[in-house]
Amino acid sequence: MLRFLLQRLLALVPVLFTVAVIVFLILRLTPGDPAAVIAGNNATNADIDRIREQLGLTKPLFTQFMIWLGGVSQGDLGYSFYLGKPVTELIAQRIEPTLSLAAGTMALAVLVAVPLGTLAAWRMGGWLDRMLSGFAVAGFSVPVFVIGYVLIYIFAIELQWLPVQGYRRLFGEFSQGVGAWAYQLVLPWLSLATIYVALIARVTRASVSEALTEDYIRTARAKGVTEQVVLLRHALANAAVPIVTVIGIGIALLIGGVVVTETVYAIPGLGSLTVDAVLNRDFPVIQGVVLFFSVLYVLINLLVDLSYLWLDPRIRY
Amino acid sequence: MNAIFRKLLANGSIRFGASVLLLLIVVAAIAPWLGTVDPAAMDSGNINTGSGTVGQFALLDGSSVAHTFWMGADNFGRDIYSRVLYGTRVSLLVGLFTALVALLVGGALGMLAGYFRALDMVLMRFMDGLMAIPAILLAIALVAALGAQLWTVVVAIAIPEIPRVTRLVRSLVLTLREEPFVEAARALATPTPVILLRHILPNAMAPLIVQGTFIAASAVLTEAILSFLGLGLPADIPTWGNIMAEGRVQFTQYPGNVLFPALFLVPTVLAINLLGDGLRDVLDPKFAKRSGA
Repeated sequence: MLRFLLQRLLALVPVLFTVAVIVFLILRLTPGDPAAVIAGNNATNADIDRIREQLGLTKPLFTQFMIWLGGVSQGDLGYSFYLGKPVTELIAQRIEPTLSLAAGTMALAVLVAVPLGTLAAWRMGGWLDRMLSGFAVAGFSVPVFVIGYVLIYIFAIELQWLPVQGYRRLFGEFSQGVGAWAYQLVLPWLSLATIYVALIARVTRASVSEALTEDYIRTARAKGVTEQVVLLRHALANAAVPIVTVIGIGIALLIGGVVVTETVYAIPGLGSLTVDAVLNRDFPVIQGVVLFFSVLYVLINLLVDLSYLWLDPRIRY
Repeated sequence: MNAIFRKLLANGSIRFGASVLLLLIVVAAIAPWLGTVDPAAMDSGNINTGSGTVGQFALLDGSSVAHTFWMGADNFGRDIYSRVLYGTRVSLLVGLFTALVALLVGGALGMLAGYFRALDMVLMRFMDGLMAIPAILLAIALVAALGAQLWTVVVAIAIPEIPRVTRLVRSLVLTLREEPFVEAARALATPTPVILLRHILPNAMAPLIVQGTFIAASAVLTEAILSFLGLGLPADIPTWGNIMAEGRVQFTQYPGNVLFPALFLVPTVLAINLLGDGLRDVLDPKFAKRSGA
């Protein structure tokens, strides 16, 4: 077990190194002189020289990369060009809304999608199954901001049940408690959860329906086990691995969705930080956020791999 | 050839998807003759004109034409209907070109990785790294670095898709290279490029076409997302995402500016996705089984 964990962690090293190379090179893709781009239109030559010096752009590319990587490995993502603050500090400030949005969405999606997918597999070809497959195709075709605006239009403008936009903190001095926090997040959660419900329900249906064809299901039914227990203890438990896998893969989609949802609902999280950074051409922030999310994505998928051990005792590493 | 066409047309998803797509292509092509005005023209007399209004539109040259504002006008006095119709062009072009770029580059890399074992290791590690970066974030970072033009947006959306194509083609090549007909070609001293292009590629076409369709659908979505975030094509180019981005500011008073482009965007993506589902069922039944659909 420990050896497996070490092996998996070692396997992450080349992946994360490649991510670092790509993220580093993105800044170098900029046509022309990055220092001039960063300095903006009103900069003097002295400004540009100063920025070039500051960024270490006068050194060879490989040296620049090693210096940058050295900083990153110690948790130093550099300074924002635009806000003058350390990137790590900016990320720390913005992380609460983003995690609230992402975690709530995932929880909601799993709670809705797994039962739906299981029931659809149980009565395959029934009305629920057909509705679900229609919903799955539609869920992948409607962008999250369209869902967001339709929900705002119905629930915030027409019915006035929920707030239009904004965010209320869960922690810290400005917090107004869990109720206010959740009330503000209901619409963002619903908007973002749609695509995950489609994704997870589809895989749950496929996985559970495959498990239902196994001999042990027939045996269980033959010995008089109730359908409820057959579905939950025998079918769903054996169908768990693909479901957890797709939840892990879905994290990448979730991160993209978070960026968009934060813009729709004016939530001050990492997504709006990224969008502002791109508009200001604030490259250290863009690099920092991309790196942060990539590491998060890779680590979550490591946890998913590890969870197989617990979900499926047949798997032995 | 005819037999394949008949098989394709027998599939309901393909018929529906292809018809909607064909209709959109026609709309995009003949947009100037569908009662539109210049999509960039701003008429200060028509700021926030309501949808369905029949009135006059003052053109850039000062002349005035009778015009029906099917979808109203935005806060600059531009006709939304004209902008949405012209926006069809951008969306379809981005979808088509992104799929082509991703298939060409990913296909070439996948064939090389699958056939030349020495290259495989390095290339696939790089692809693993590329895949570890969430697609939309990678596209955003690339657009930030390259600047937003039609080709840079296409490249930025295509790059995150390339690893998936590379993996698919690589796995196909790994299976195909062991087939007797490839062995026979090799025994006849057929040059490697000929083996790859004449013997392996045709057998990998079906899954590639299916994959390409799904890439096109996601590219149309991603382009709209980038424009919506204000990071895509410049604001003066009418794209569905740009129209929605501008409509965002006054959504509570004029929801139509956001919702009308959505009425085009959603069916477009849906049609391409359905086409892809249908093509997968007909052309690539093994894959259909694998993905449990």
